[in-house]
Order: sequence, then structure tokens, then C-alpha cells
Amino acid sequence: MTQLWDFSGGIHPAENKDLSTTRPIEKSSLPEQLILPLQQHIGAPAEACVSVGEKVLKGQVIATVSGAIGVPVHAPTSGTIEAVSMLPVPHPSGMNDWCIVLAPDGVDEWAEREAIADYRSLDRDTVLERIREYGIAGMGGAGFPTNIKLRPPKDRKVSTLILNGAECEPYITADDMAMRECADEIVSGLRIMAWILRAERCVIAIEDNKPEAIEAVKKATANTQTEVVVIPTRYPSGGEKQLIQILTGMEVPSDGIPADIGVICQNTGTAIAVSRAIHQGEPLISRITTITGRAVSNPGTYDVLLGTPVAHLLSQAGLDSWQLHRLILGGPMMGYTLETPGVPVIKTTNCVIAATAEELPAPPPEQPCIRCGMCAEACPMELLPQQLFWHSKAGELEKAEHLNLFDCIECGACSYVCPSSIPLVQYYRAAKGEIRIQQAEYLKSDRARERFEARQVRLDREQQEKEQRRRERAKAATEAQAKKQTEAEETGAQGQPSSDRAAKSAQVQEALARKKAKTEHADAAAAATKADARPTDS
Amino acid sequence: MWTSILIAVAVLLALAVIFGGLLGFAAERFKVEGNPLIQQIDSLLPQTQCGQCGFPGCRPYAESIANGDAINRCPPGGETTIKALADLLDIEPLPLDAEHGVEQEKRVAVIREDECIGCTKCIQACPVDAILGAAKQMHTVIESECTGCDLCVDPCPVDCIDMVTLQPDIRAWTWTPPKPTIIATDRTPPERTGVSA
Repeated sequence: MTQLWDFSGGIHPAENKDLSTTRPIEKSSLPEQLILPLQQHIGAPAEACVSVGEKVLKGQVIATVSGAIGVPVHAPTSGTIEAVSMLPVPHPSGMNDWCIVLAPDGVDEWAEREAIADYRSLDRDTVLERIREYGIAGMGGAGFPTNIKLRPPKDRKVSTLILNGAECEPYITADDMAMRECADEIVSGLRIMAWILRAERCVIAIEDNKPEAIEAVKKATANTQTEVVVIPTRYPSGGEKQLIQILTGMEVPSDGIPADIGVICQNTGTAIAVSRAIHQGEPLISRITTITGRAVSNPGTYDVLLGTPVAHLLSQAGLDSWQLHRLILGGPMMGYTLETPGVPVIKTTNCVIAATAEELPAPPPEQPCIRCGMCAEACPMELLPQQLFWHSKAGELEKAEHLNLFDCIECGACSYVCPSSIPLVQYYRAAKGEIRIQQAEYLKSDRARERFEARQVRLDREQQEKEQRRRERAKAATEAQAKKQTEAEETGAQGQPSSDRAAKSAQVQEALARKKAKTEHADAAAAATKADARPTDS
Repeated sequence: MWTSILIAVAVLLALAVIFGGLLGFAAERFKVEGNPLIQQIDSLLPQTQCGQCGFPGCRPYAESIANGDAINRCPPGGETTIKALADLLDIEPLPLDAEHGVEQEKRVAVIREDECIGCTKCIQACPVDAILGAAKQMHTVIESECTGCDLCVDPCPVDCIDMVTLQPDIRAWTWTPPKPTIIATDRTPPERTGVSA
């Protein structure tokens, strides 16, 4: 029996998971259009490498990434590229972003797939590069490129690999169903990742409210060293930092990453994707997503092609639009309201909740804080939510930062327990955003100052150089003058001018005298006659 | 008795010499170059280097503020900068002096490239070297370095520079604070009984 530790705080919200676990994973039907955002991960957005009208095959790369952080996008099925345009994407802002629109042809014809028979014979970097090329980014929610996470800093030895199957948020059952039905793939993906990291200990953590999943995973890991650890159900035990604390008793340092304490956490969905990329040569083109809520008549967990519009999934699940009150992407604790059901499912979309008004009523109005301290008790990061709230609300961002605002994982436990229904997390998010904007502006103004000063220095230098050149020219001129003079004096003193020089100067003197005489003569003539017609020299 | 007085005087003298030496050393060793207040003020100014305050750049204006000039002459900084300056200098914030301009949204200069004749006049005007180009070659603005100072617009002989307001970007988007709502007792309007008074 593995020893378990505890994390502070946490809550027990109503689970509502049984809505979508009653039937097996269903394959979603093919929609008329697949919308593939170019940014489905953290990092630089991908760049489309196909043109409108081009025919693509299933699994073909349609957008590549040139930067270090980022993964490419693949065509989820064969078809024609219809457009590359700005469309609504799943993002809390509700804004548009660049997407590739693919019209499926229904043939579902695969591009060439290249499975790796024995990855152990390859170089680890080759396998990591393949994980990147096959478009794999963390599928738990944040979407951090998996190949980067699997390559911890050189000075960090990762000994523990945790596969996060806790899935602590209410409603979501994507990982649960995946573990029940694809346990073998999860374990094989885990093995690949453990081989890459040279991990000594592999743990699959599952909350105790998923007995079927636990059984399936235990069966798949029988006779292996992989531990299947059942952890008590408490939100947010599936948070990376909380799960590490439960399993190892260690805390991830503030501003640090789990690799700093020798741990790496991956989602079970990511393990499936890694397994498919290596063993079947299939890029990440589909994922398992829960469609649930009481406004759909047929909630369940679906195997969805990336890019499928949420509206298509909802209609498959039998949406009753009269009942629909709020459409939420993600879980009820950390998800956000969708403004339009036209947005597609992306690599990080684990759940869509179509909630009725009774299910998720509009939040009651905010009341003043009564300083009850329940938020501090619920906070899994042991922060001071009350103080953070005061400072965030008052715009005292430095104080909020000083109280480790950036360690807040935005789990929403404090807002959940607040008897005054204060949307605490919303204040923290806004304060974080404000601080980030200020930092960016500060950096920008610093750079502007540097550039301005550098330009000033350059202009001064140019001015000085000009001055210098002018002075040098003047000096050269005076020197030349002086030289001439001394030469002339010398020749005068010696009284022996060289013959041709003397002849020349005599000629010049003569010419000057002639000219003088001529002008004098002309002047005299003009003065004497005062004639109307000016004397003209031919 | 005299000896004790002399001892006391000697001790005090010795202490004075030691500490005087220490202070003198510290004054030399940890000497602050320039006026630190100017640095602080300069770091609060937005560094657009636009000259709308009437000074040739942000630093000269910072120097002038340190000498007691008004703090409300920076339109790009706007209210936020005035408030930050007032906090720093412990004086009352003033409304922005409209004589020097009005606060505007963040903008960047954009050159309509096919109209550019390559005269390099804007390059010479740009205070932060954010315009790239050479004589008789097309010029362009490096957007990430442009401070939106407006100084390149006037010198352009063919008027091919536009000041464009920055569009909200999904990657720069942040959450907004919750809107102050009604108080709880206002949540449901008072029920009408239907009985007219």
C-alpha cells in the first residue's frame, strides 16, 4: 500500500459524473465542417502550410510551428481545405483567432502511417521529436507541448512519473471513460514516457469514485512495476501540485515546476496520444470529450475528431435548446461560459456542459466580505484568499503579488465556499492580468528608453565625428597654406627660382597686369562717355 | 578630575575621527551618480519620447519635474502616470493639461508601403529607431518597437504614415474584474401584489 499524504483545504462539490458514464464511449459522427484553430497549445501559434482548395489526407500536417515551443496541427480526416480565416475559438475572451476550415470528403483516407516497432532502439530525442511532430500537447486542460515537458532541465533528475487520472472536477468523465476502455493504451503510453524520462517510479493516480476505471487500470498494469494509487475524492486533488503532494508529500516550489522536485505529471489522455503516435503512427487528431448537463437528453462521452463544432456534438447528444441556460466549456469549477456553440473541440477540450437554469443558476449577487475565513480553509494552496481579494479589488497589486497571488491555481474552491458569493477567482484573474499587462508595459517602456538613449548616443557620436572631420579638414588646409608660404619664402630668400617656375610666375604676373589694365581702361571709358550702350567686350 | 575630562574628550575625539573617516569613505564608495529622483520619475514616464510635454524626450521632462515642474503634461501616460507621479512626489494629482494633448488609446504608426518614396525623413524623426529603411528604398515600422509618438507623421512628404489604434488581441487578452452588482436585497424586484393602492 502506497503511503498517501494530505493537502490542505479542498471541497466536495456535487459530482454529477453518473450522467455521462452510463454508456460506453461513442464515436461522434462526421460534421460538415471541421474548424482547426492554429493555436491549440501553449506557445507560438502554428502557421498554416496548406492553401485553400487543397485536398488533404487524414493525419496530414496542415499547420507547422517554427518556434521552439509549439506543436503542429494535423487534418483529422481527409477532405478539402475550405478556408483559413478568423473564427470564434474556445477561449474565455470569446474572441476570434486564425483557424483552418476543413470540409470532410467522407472517405476518411489515411495518409501514410509509420509506426515505430521498437522505440527503445531509437534515440530518446528522436522519440521526443516524433511526439512533437505528431502534435501532442497536454490534454488535461493547459495544453503544454508534451515533448518539452518530457525533456526536463538537464540538472533535474526526474524519478517519479505520475499519470493523472484523478479527474476531480464535477461532471467531467473523459479520463474516467478512457481509463475504463483504453487502459492498455494508457499503460503503453506511460511506458514510453517513463522510458524517455528514465523514471524510477510510475504512478497512476485515480480518485476512489471511479471503481470501474481503477479495476481496468489495475488489470492492465498487473505484473508490472506501475503503481495504481487510489486517492480519496476531494476537489482539487487532480490539480498537478495537489496530486504531487498527495503522492509524494512534497510541495512544488513557488515559481517552480514539478521537475524541480523530481516529478512529472501527465494526463491519461496524453498517454493515449503518445501511445498512438509511437505504436500506430497516428498523430493527435481526436480526443475523448464529455458532453453532459441536464439540457441534453443523451449525455455521454464521445470520441471526437478535433475541430468538430460543439453545436454538432450537442445536437448528437440531444440538446433541448429551451432548457439550455448556460453552455460551459470545461468543468463547472474552472471552465468558462461559451458565447457561441460554433466553437470547435480542440486538444484541451475535455468537457462541454449544457446546463439548465436549475442546474447552474446565475450566481447570486455579491455581498460584502464578512471575514468568516472559510475561503482560507478551503484554499488548497494555503494562500490568504481574503487578503488577496481586498488587495485585488483595491488595485494594490504589489501587495497581492507579495501574498503570492501567482501561486493561486484558480481552482475556485474559495468562491465555492464563500457565503457572501463573492466571485473571488474572477478578482484574482483580473489582478493577475493587470499585473502581467503592467509588466509588459514596463518592459516595453524600458526598451524604448534604451533605444532612445542609444540613438541619442549615436547622434552625438555622429555629430562629434562630423566636427572632428571638419576640424581635420581645416587643419589640413592651414597646414597646406603654411607649407606653401614657407616654400614661397624659401624660394624668395634663396633668390634662385627654378627657371620654369620663374617663367610661369612671370607669365601670370603679366596676365594679371594685362587684365588690370583692361578693366581700368573699360572703367575709364564707361565713366568718361556715360554712354547709353554699355561697352561690350567681344 | 581633569584627567577624566581629558580622557572623555580624547575618547570622543577618537570616536569622531573613526566615524568621520567611515562616513567619508562611505560617501565616496557608495556615491550615487546623478539625482536618483530623476531616475524614479523617468521610470514612471511612458518613454514614448513624443515630446508632447514640450521637452525633447521623457528624461528631460523627468529632470524638469524633479525641479518642480507640473506633473500633468504627459498625454500618453494619462491619468495613471499622473497618479503614480503624485504618489511618488507626495503631491496632489492634477487633471491632464489639455494644452499638451489628450489621452488616447495605444497606437502604432503604419507606413502604407506602396506609397513610400524612400525619403528617410521619418527614420530621422523616429526617437526610438523603430523605422527600418534606406534612401530610395521602402520603409517600414517595427511594430513591437513603435511607441506611437506621432513624430514620424508630420515629416512624411507624401503622407503615407497612418496612426492605427491597436486592436485587442486574443493573446494579450486578460480577465476583467467583476462588475459591481446590485446588492442582494435588490435581486428580485419587490413583488407587486396586484392590488392597486
